[in-house]
Amino acid sequence: MLLEVRGLRKVYQGKERQVEAIRDLTFGVDAGDLVCLVGPSGCGKTTLLKCIAGLLTPTSGEALLDGRRVSGPPPGMAVVFQEYGRSLFPWMSVRDNVELPLRQKKLPRATRRSLVDDALSAVGLGDTHDAYPWQLSGGMQQRVAIARAVAYQPDVLLMDEPFAAVDAQTRADLEDLIRDLWHKLAVTILFVTHDIDEAVYLGQRVIVLSSSPTVVREDVDIDLPDARDQLHTRSDSRFTELRSHIYAQIQAAKRESTPGSTDAARDTDLAKQVLQ
Amino acid sequence: MRIAIRVVLAVALPAVLFSVWWFATANSTNFYMPPLREILRIFPDVWTGDRLRTDVLPSLLRLAGGYTLAVVTGIALGVLVGGNRAVRAVLEPVLEFFRAIPPPVLVPVIMLFAGIGDTMKVVVIAAGCVWPILLNTVEGVRAVDSVLADTCRSYRITGLARLRHLVLRGASPQIAAGMRQALSIGIILMVISEMFAASNGLGFAIVQFQRGFAIPDMWSGILLLGLIGLVLSLLFRLVESRALAWYHGLRRAQRGS
Repeated sequence: MLLEVRGLRKVYQGKERQVEAIRDLTFGVDAGDLVCLVGPSGCGKTTLLKCIAGLLTPTSGEALLDGRRVSGPPPGMAVVFQEYGRSLFPWMSVRDNVELPLRQKKLPRATRRSLVDDALSAVGLGDTHDAYPWQLSGGMQQRVAIARAVAYQPDVLLMDEPFAAVDAQTRADLEDLIRDLWHKLAVTILFVTHDIDEAVYLGQRVIVLSSSPTVVREDVDIDLPDARDQLHTRSDSRFTELRSHIYAQIQAAKRESTPGSTDAARDTDLAKQVLQ
Repeated sequence: MRIAIRVVLAVALPAVLFSVWWFATANSTNFYMPPLREILRIFPDVWTGDRLRTDVLPSLLRLAGGYTLAVVTGIALGVLVGGNRAVRAVLEPVLEFFRAIPPPVLVPVIMLFAGIGDTMKVVVIAAGCVWPILLNTVEGVRAVDSVLADTCRSYRITGLARLRHLVLRGASPQIAAGMRQALSIGIILMVISEMFAASNGLGFAIVQFQRGFAIPDMWSGILLLGLIGLVLSLLFRLVESRALAWYHGLRRAQRGS
């Protein structure tokens, strides 16, 4: 198993009270898998992802990459954030944005050039190397962020609701892009989303999370054919079944959580703000 | 066409003020208010040749030295203070205290340990210029975007590369704002420092003219100071608009959407 999360718990320590964002999470992702994490809003998905990425330290439990405990951002892992407008360097051209992590890896110039060229053309931005990110549309900016992650040649690619802020049409294109890149590059992807359709369309497996304090509610195998396209896959009856099943699970999760649970969700946001 | 309109707009008010001055003093017999015609007539004689070398140049060199020192110290300290919560908690009250002291009153104190030479003047200029740069750098470094910082961490961009590509670039708009404020403070302090125990410089020359009742010469010196300030601020804006082209573009893009 390439990526493992074991008994992970995260409690935010506020000034007056503590907020338990994640109670107990255990799951694994095999090398080469594309796994989606889906859960009700405010269930600590971003917290979980940051713990796996080594950007946050879990209160207890651990995340393991290739058997080694994550205690800081590990090499061989790339993260694509939701806020594309804030994760690209506005003072660098598209090309420099993609190249910077490669320079940090001390790759020779020729290697860097070909990696950047390949990554940018893989995401369909072969001719916008010299633009600044803010000159591009939202969808194109997220493509740049994906290109940067791809050029980095990670073993694991973490994506935190990367398409939540783009319009529906662009979103469909980007979903297909992810499936396409995953096939070509044989990279392991952990994709966090709150969109059930997106999770079912993209994933081989969908891990359904409960409301905060979060546990794994169900691990669903997505037995759809490997070749997916927006039109046919989404009208497939099996797709509809899976989608309805997960939808019901999430609704149940919302209901089952204690009456204070929406508060808990809000508390999580609050605690995040307090701690930032 | 638009450029022409902007030039006209920029030049209009100075032209009006100049003509008001010109005509108001045209027949002036007031000893302290000589006609502008007279001031302009002697201007080239006073400020070219020897005096350019002995007074204007030393002043500008001291300004350059003090300003550079302030920029380097201000940014270095600002990065340190802005990037570290503990350092900030310890230093902030002290910094606010020192910032509140008007730099001219420090001149006698600085003279005690830096003497009365160029060092003193450079130190006075630097001591006044450093505050806006320091405080703006602190704010700029603190305001570095958290998502961008996470991005850097996850790509393991640390140490000097982080400083260069994230912290300094991210804070650069605020640093530039501080440097612009510091520039006008620097010019004021350049003049003031030369009014104490100096033997050359623009401030010294103006005070000498005043004491020798060479009133038109004194006025021409004040005019020259204004011109130097104007030229330096135009130069600053030119450099800034190049260096921060990304920032102005980003702001325009954000306003547009």
